[in-house]
Amino acid sequence: MAKKVEFMMGNHAVAEGALYAGCRFFGGYPITPSTEVAERMAERLPQVGGRFIQMEDEIAAMASVIGASIGGVKALTATSGPGLSLKQENLGYAMLCEIPVVAVDVMRGGPSTGMPTGPSQSDIMCAKWGTHGDHPVIAVTPASVQEQFEETVRAFNLAEKYRCPVIVLTDAIIGQMMEQIEIPEPGELEVIERPKPTCKPEEYLPFDLDKDFVPLAAFGSGYRYHITGLHHNSDGFPTNDPVLHTKNTKRLIERINKNYDDIVKVEEFMIDDAEVLVFAIGVTARSAKHAVVEARNAGIKAGLIRPLTIWPFPEKHLDKILSKNKIKGIVVPEMNLGQMTLEVQRVARGRCEVEGLYSLMLDPILPAEILEKIRRFV
Amino acid sequence: MSYDYAKYLRKGKLPHIWCAGCSYGIVLKSLIRAIDSLQWDKNDVAIVSGIGCASRLPGYVDFNTLHTTHGRSIAFATGLKLANPKLNVLAMGGDGDMTAIGGNHFIHACRRNLDITIFVFNNNIYGMTGAQYSPTTPKGAWATTSPYGMAENNFNITDLAIGAGATYVARTTAYHVAHCEKTMKEAFLHKGTSVVEIINSCPTGFGRKNKFKTPASMLMWMKDNAVNIEKAKNMSPEELAGKFIIGVLHKVERPEYLETYDATVGLKK
Repeated sequence: MAKKVEFMMGNHAVAEGALYAGCRFFGGYPITPSTEVAERMAERLPQVGGRFIQMEDEIAAMASVIGASIGGVKALTATSGPGLSLKQENLGYAMLCEIPVVAVDVMRGGPSTGMPTGPSQSDIMCAKWGTHGDHPVIAVTPASVQEQFEETVRAFNLAEKYRCPVIVLTDAIIGQMMEQIEIPEPGELEVIERPKPTCKPEEYLPFDLDKDFVPLAAFGSGYRYHITGLHHNSDGFPTNDPVLHTKNTKRLIERINKNYDDIVKVEEFMIDDAEVLVFAIGVTARSAKHAVVEARNAGIKAGLIRPLTIWPFPEKHLDKILSKNKIKGIVVPEMNLGQMTLEVQRVARGRCEVEGLYSLMLDPILPAEILEKIRRFV
Repeated sequence: MSYDYAKYLRKGKLPHIWCAGCSYGIVLKSLIRAIDSLQWDKNDVAIVSGIGCASRLPGYVDFNTLHTTHGRSIAFATGLKLANPKLNVLAMGGDGDMTAIGGNHFIHACRRNLDITIFVFNNNIYGMTGAQYSPTTPKGAWATTSPYGMAENNFNITDLAIGAGATYVARTTAYHVAHCEKTMKEAFLHKGTSVVEIINSCPTGFGRKNKFKTPASMLMWMKDNAVNIEKAKNMSPEELAGKFIIGVLHKVERPEYLETYDATVGLKK
């Protein structure tokens, strides 16, 4: 059977991906360049039995999706730079309280109100460290309209599987552009449903500190328990015990780290014999792939590492290539002033040169610019 | 015969954190009696709070309880109610939590008229952080951040709720326990957003430094200065000077948000 092909905007593809994944609640607040996600959800959710609400501010939007998830419904919010800043406290709440939610950040130029219509990749560190305290983060980075759909589905799956918030970190170009998309059939992509607890309600430990995962019971399902953003014991009630504080913080981070192989997705392009690597995400990775092909045409052994998961950082992938290949250098093009480059340098541990290619010019970094950097290593 | 609160308390989580003389324990008991009188299944009740002394209440009661971030209880409660409309959802917090940091959520909840209940525990001070002035600290009053006396004007919480469109607005006090229970019950039963301001006392943070020598004197102040709305109707402004009104201050019928939304969008169930 022929695939259902549409010409779709990236932000709409996020919305459609969310619906495919079973999302039935959206709480949002208008902000450029993410608003089309909200608009699409406002129209589409009621058609599939879901509810949409435009909240009074970004903070409330984040709070509402956490509340909806606690009510047992998969929930999405979407925002951009300033909104991501405002959502951070409640993102941290969802991390500590282990509430699955998905938040889309369509990156625009910052800081502050910045460049509202200008594409950027400058929230990479904000996605990781925006909320205070030590915490785990999962962030996925689509690079096409097709991936806006598929990575949103994956984001929901990861959120449900690992009981945590997941950020879809996209940018104003991928979000706003129109592109051909093949809509997956129902059942074609895996959709993970939230597991339900099977123990007796009186035995339910919603945050069992001795287990990696405990199913999250929905409020109203007969499991009465307490959720608090204070550090808490296995039963969910506050504790001031520094030993438990340490144990739970490490538990939350470790359970993401030790599932690296399941969470971290990377496209490796022409890396088998590569001597020069390009490390890029999102819209920049599209230029990077082009540059790698041009380099190959010119006889340069170039390859691309394109993370579709930027957090946790794909360090095992990078480390493996650096151990296997004799790499002369890594080019890191990014639409910011060097947020990913520092991470790549950390993982490279001096084994090769790492050179950033930064731009705040609001246009995609051109393949020719990346190619020029590649040439410097040969 | 004394009332049996045990059915609703998480006994293992007591004693509570509130100071000796704090009125919140009294209001907690009124809340339990109000819910018990409705005979609601405990599984169908969710209590959502923000941050502060009052917001620690949910931890002590055996319902679905959600202690959220500062000021955000109503926003969490809104998402929860939309996800599961069968839940009876109470959002509650103190005066600072609800009308300062949470003020935006408060007014917009009133405007929307979603069927949730909001209780504001007003003790005129930020108690947990150590007696800083709140939007309801009376002019001239001492707080650690108004050591020369409160210079700002303050909110009238019920006027704020009425102005923002809440369809049930009432005031009661910790002292008037029977009235408090009755008002809470009415608020729970009201279809739409209902707001109850509950006048409370913080002897440690507020009373001690504002000429209330004992916790009891703060409760007596409530007794002496609260005027029931029915009685107030026959009193002159001069007679009402320095007093405050308790009772149902505003009650209107307006379409409830969720029903309106579901009908407007033709929600496919």
